[in-house]
Amino acid sequence: MPYLPYTEQEKQRIFREIGVSSLDDLIQSIPSSLRHPQILMSHGLSEIEVQRQVLKLGSRNTATTDFLSFLGAGSYEHFIPSAVQEMVARQEFTTAYTPYQPEASQGTLQVIFEYQSLMAELTGLAASNASHYDGATSLAEAALVALRQTDRTKILVARSLHPHYCDVIRTYLAQSSYQVEEFGFLAHGGLDLESLQKKLTPDVAGVILQTPNFFGGVEDLNGVSDRVHANGSLLIVSGHPLSFALYRSPGEWGADIAAGEGQPLGMPLGFGGPYLGYFVASQSLLRRIPGRIAGLTEDADGKRAFCLTLQAREQHIRRERAGSNICSNQALCALAACVYMTFLGKQGMREVAELNVDRAHYLRERVAKIKGFKVDLERPIFNEFVIHCSRPVAEICKKMMAARIFPGVRLGDYYPEFKDCLLVCATETKTGEDLDRFLEVLSQC
Amino acid sequence: MLISNDDRLSFEKSRLGRRSVTLPKGRLSEPLIASQVSRQSELAFPEMSELDTVRHFINLSRKNFSVDTHFYPLGSCTMKYNPKVNDWVARQEKFTSLHPLQPLETAQGMLRVLWELEDALKEITGMDRFTLQPAAGAHGELTGIMLVRAYHASRGDLSRKKVIVPDSSHGTNPATAALVGYRVVEVASDARGRVDLNNLKKVLDDQVACLMLTNPNTLGVFEEDIIEIARLVHKEGGLLYYDGANLNPLLGIARPGDMGFDIVHVNLHKTFSTPHGGGGPGAGPVGVKKHLIPFLPEPLVEKTKDHYAWVQHSEKSIGRMKSFHGNVGVLLRAYAYLKVIGKEGLMRVSEGAILNANYLREKLKDVFQLAVNEPCLHEFVLTLKKAAEKGIHAGDVGKRLLDFGFHAPTVHFPLVVAEALMIEPTETESRETLDLFVEAMKRIAFEIENEPDKVKNAPFTLPVRRPNDVLAARRPILTYRDLCRAKNTTEIAA
Repeated sequence: MPYLPYTEQEKQRIFREIGVSSLDDLIQSIPSSLRHPQILMSHGLSEIEVQRQVLKLGSRNTATTDFLSFLGAGSYEHFIPSAVQEMVARQEFTTAYTPYQPEASQGTLQVIFEYQSLMAELTGLAASNASHYDGATSLAEAALVALRQTDRTKILVARSLHPHYCDVIRTYLAQSSYQVEEFGFLAHGGLDLESLQKKLTPDVAGVILQTPNFFGGVEDLNGVSDRVHANGSLLIVSGHPLSFALYRSPGEWGADIAAGEGQPLGMPLGFGGPYLGYFVASQSLLRRIPGRIAGLTEDADGKRAFCLTLQAREQHIRRERAGSNICSNQALCALAACVYMTFLGKQGMREVAELNVDRAHYLRERVAKIKGFKVDLERPIFNEFVIHCSRPVAEICKKMMAARIFPGVRLGDYYPEFKDCLLVCATETKTGEDLDRFLEVLSQC
Repeated sequence: MLISNDDRLSFEKSRLGRRSVTLPKGRLSEPLIASQVSRQSELAFPEMSELDTVRHFINLSRKNFSVDTHFYPLGSCTMKYNPKVNDWVARQEKFTSLHPLQPLETAQGMLRVLWELEDALKEITGMDRFTLQPAAGAHGELTGIMLVRAYHASRGDLSRKKVIVPDSSHGTNPATAALVGYRVVEVASDARGRVDLNNLKKVLDDQVACLMLTNPNTLGVFEEDIIEIARLVHKEGGLLYYDGANLNPLLGIARPGDMGFDIVHVNLHKTFSTPHGGGGPGAGPVGVKKHLIPFLPEPLVEKTKDHYAWVQHSEKSIGRMKSFHGNVGVLLRAYAYLKVIGKEGLMRVSEGAILNANYLREKLKDVFQLAVNEPCLHEFVLTLKKAAEKGIHAGDVGKRLLDFGFHAPTVHFPLVVAEALMIEPTETESRETLDLFVEAMKRIAFEIENEPDKVKNAPFTLPVRRPNDVLAARRPILTYRDLCRAKNTTEIAA
């Protein structure tokens, strides 16, 4: 069998050397009634057979590379420089463990430190952790931080936050005495600040919102943090991380925590994972940040060295008194994000953000001119916007799919009031030709 | 020199105007970014050429120990070889380029993989259904304990406030139970790290929601009384949770489901060979018995004839644990592993893990003292109590091993053993490697007697030596900006 070193003879020899005759002598502690259950599974295959089977299964999928894809809604098709994949494939990174032994993990630790530095810079906040499972769980942990920090009981969540993120926050808080309450959005999808103001009661620990919001609109959050802070609550802002290269960052809006999905920073769509939850907080929340954090220090010879730090917050030290149970991060995804951001660098980050805005704007302007479809041309956007359709969305999707286009996400699946709407995303991966093709087919729907 | 001494950050290698990637120049529209919503500060990212960037990261990768470069006998972490065909499968464009929200008809091959993986996990563990959403072991635990709570609540059984964990358990167990609002009751283990039945009986009552167990436990010893433990917990109306961290010696040998566990999580990055990634991503699917299926997170994959679909299966579901469908790239790797291993390979994997652990235990038992002197399963624990009398601690031995080219075992864990060194060789290592490790351990034992400073101050051959973690926590420098600020006030090693 592959992956195992011994021949049958070698194995028998080792059994003899340790003074037993077979495996059974070593598993006597397992009650015999439990031993050797019948397991229904297929026989093992050779590598070439596995590859063949997998290719066959893959052929039953239509990838976004087979069609033109305008799907977004929390998972974005972006250009990933070839070098990113090469760095992430380095087995010295992939087959290492969590960097508990800093001397044997300076590579991973420095990468995390640089990732933290880049994320802090991008979000405009002071301190980042080494990453979380994904955007949804990162926000759920942010909610918990707010509840503990303020010693209050309620979290306000914008209804224009990604519906999956809302769901996960609810799951995390459902089985406690904490409450989650939503506040609404206006007809154009932007935050309803009056609704927020009304709900800002003294029991509110934190307010969670997203910009660009789930509908793609960039929010003007002027004055929001003042109101939230005046109530003694924390402001938690989520959003597409590349948009922060061009639009105001969470820190610049006065957020206490930036938490959200880091997938656009160099991770493929991958049917939804593995992705990366970014979590960056203000200096005053430093010791409440959940998860791993790398720090810079000196070694015994006074040399620069990196290690995991502030570990007194964590489960392996605090056990039941820990603020979170997390004992890992998405290290490889953080590596991908770190390499991606370093490769793009200062100019590249801004340019890629500009290209997103450019492509989405072009598409939005042109859709507005097609009969039977309406878009809001006023709201600032990053790479996504809503199309209101005068005909059934299902029919339109069918026709677009027949023309080998994934037209976007059907908003009615998440918001009944938007049943006639498509959420459409155009990133830097789209050429003028691609966009014109979308418009041509749409105009025939 | 082989390993670069350059410890500069990318930020410190930056030169104004340099760049790696170029992007398309042409613009199609003229969007205006209104100043009230535009970014205020300049993005102070590094500016580097492509080669300088590549070299930066490749040189960093060389400052890591990894399974592919070093023996990594880290107890309870199952650092087995990560087969490359796993990565090949996960890299196929027909999987990596699937959008999580694309129509189901266009992702039937993908859904079939998830269905088949769930099927295999059910068979291997003896459970009735799995959710593949949890992103890690700790995330699986959180899911599991939420299921416990939802189950009791659905029966109107609201008085259960306690979760019992042995004092030999992983730190995530008590942290998870507390996060879901339970009071954690630690029960003292016996000398072999096993649950002491008398101690257990003392804390078992109708207040108990759940007992969380790792089996074999963190000393590599199987809970012989597991059937009786399950009976006692169930008699009081509690549930039994299986922490799958140590599943590696049980494949095809015994199943948590048959032992009486109601909920299990498995660590695909341990037992099922997907890499650890330097701390993640992993995956921690959670399996349950029939009575808990309605509470599983949604959605689940369902198969009708030859068609696969996501279903919102039950109103009692605890809800979503993660956006989309879990760490699919990790799930694909575990799928590939199980395809190669197959039914008959399962037991051979566990047999190999048990064989190697016992071989090492036998060879080391006269070098250092065993915490438990009996055959182990996948791992065993040494206690360095005697060395501690000379001022040498388990952690020091771990550091010294790095100089011999071996990653340190898990040190100072489990907490129930003084000066613990927890060793798990896994089935993929050969005896020649294990023999070299034994030689190193013997050499260190000699040094403890004759040259203790060598052990106390190790390692000597790595890029750094004993980073000062007290300083790191007292004066946190977590970003490049922090570093610049610190440089203005105090002297930092450059």
